[in-house]
Amino acid sequence: MTEELMMSFFVFLLAAFAGFEVIRKVPPTLHTPLMSGANAISGVILIGALIVAGHADWSLAKVLGVLAVILATINVVGGFLVTDRMLKMFRKKE
Amino acid sequence: MGFSLPIIIQFAYLAAAALFILGLHNLNSPATARRGNLMAAVGMFLAVAATLLHREILDYGTLVAGMVVGACIGAVAARLVKLTAMPQMVGLFNGFGGGASALVAIAEFWRLQSASALVPGDTLCTILWGLFIGGLTLSGSLAAFGKLQGWLPGRPVLYPFQRSLNVLLLALYLAGSVYLMHGVLDPAVFTALIALSLLLGILLVMPIGGADMPVVVSLLNSLSGLAAASAGFILENNILIISGALVGAAGAILTRIMSKAMNRSLFSILFGTFGAAKEDAAAAGARTARSIDPEQAAMMLAYSGTVVIIPGYGMAVARAQQAVRDLADQLEKRGVKVKYAIHPVAGRMPGHMNVLLAEAEVPYEKLYDLDDINPEFERTDVALVIGASDVVNPAARHAKGSPIYGMPILNADKARNIIVVKRGMSPGFSGIDNELFYHERTVMLFGDAREAVQGLVNEVKQL
Repeated sequence: MTEELMMSFFVFLLAAFAGFEVIRKVPPTLHTPLMSGANAISGVILIGALIVAGHADWSLAKVLGVLAVILATINVVGGFLVTDRMLKMFRKKE
Repeated sequence: MGFSLPIIIQFAYLAAAALFILGLHNLNSPATARRGNLMAAVGMFLAVAATLLHREILDYGTLVAGMVVGACIGAVAARLVKLTAMPQMVGLFNGFGGGASALVAIAEFWRLQSASALVPGDTLCTILWGLFIGGLTLSGSLAAFGKLQGWLPGRPVLYPFQRSLNVLLLALYLAGSVYLMHGVLDPAVFTALIALSLLLGILLVMPIGGADMPVVVSLLNSLSGLAAASAGFILENNILIISGALVGAAGAILTRIMSKAMNRSLFSILFGTFGAAKEDAAAAGARTARSIDPEQAAMMLAYSGTVVIIPGYGMAVARAQQAVRDLADQLEKRGVKVKYAIHPVAGRMPGHMNVLLAEAEVPYEKLYDLDDINPEFERTDVALVIGASDVVNPAARHAKGSPIYGMPILNADKARNIIVVKRGMSPGFSGIDNELFYHERTVMLFGDAREAVQGLVNEVKQL
């Protein structure tokens, strides 16, 4: 196992713990927005898709990459917008 | 891809990671949630913009075109989706994220395979893991979408040898992976693995029934994060790993909250469906429910001091949230105190009822969680149950043989009067009869949730 992969495991572990600590006390009112907001963040795979699809020459890999760019962008843009649309509605007593 | 990224990209990724964490933190409170979502979006913009400076990226035209297409589809979908359809929308977005992760893994395999260079074992290993999680998330989410949208049957779809078949397919996936790692990079074997990962996702979700959907949706959410993290392992990209881990954690927390609210382990939800409930037919037949007409029900509500409304999936299906809000307004005009009791798994996704009531502009302070509202039912004049069943079934407290035994419920039966708005006497998702309907203080108001509640609004107005 290479050192880079091992480093990646450390990063993953620390981020996962940070995530648990940061989100632990979310109130039920926000369960759906948290889920769809987190879902939008998981669209960060767009970055990976960009790297794969950015190669100059057309190949099967690149075609798959472009498809991944489209799917991931739907996930990101749709996810953030729909979360915002929901959060706009949550209001305190009038 | 083991080369270092330019320092400017690294710093942008660092800032993006910080914004994601801060954004998620702000999603913890209704007052800051909108800002939190915006922060995460800014982080995403930074990360994507910086990535375009990557020296391996040469073909900007195609990338921009792809992003424009995706952004248009995403924006239109986010604007047009009805809030009652939120569960399937989130499910679908989840699937797209998982699908993108799987595609990245597959593309990397093809790139390495056609370069015919020696592929390091750990790279191949991360690719196979990424394909597994990504494929599973994609097909599982699509199956969940189909169920929620009503294109696939919402009830559990069982097949013979459910567990054995899943274990066998898993073993096949492992065997194929080991073969690829020790032999040549055979595209045929890899293609078979793609099919296996997709098949497993479908087989995993099909046997899960409607009321267990909140758990499945959160689990798929968690998996979509893990899928992104896996792609981060493949590409050795920290921001992918960090964001993936954050989302994985968020989904895992929700999954735990949901399965706790049903008092069932994740394993029993995924692999053990509700057994066909064997009700004592004679006992059930002997009981009768009392029905009430809208006028009487309206009088009961209008002349009471406190009313607690308990919404369930039936309210979502009938899109009755606005009518419910109107009823609450009418009652409050007459001095009645109205509260809403929300069970964590009411509906088809975590927080489903909260979103619908927010759409009807019900202030969130009026929505009470299980623990906060249960002590109040004894002092409640009328508990108004709208399209909910299992979450108010007292059998969960005492019937040891019942599939819902041990599930924390809303103690509607403790209220002085109970009005249940329901289409008919059919049992809830669990297939068991609801004792509450035969309770001595319960009356049934039969009808579609929206029509029935609108009827109540009109009657209260005329009083």
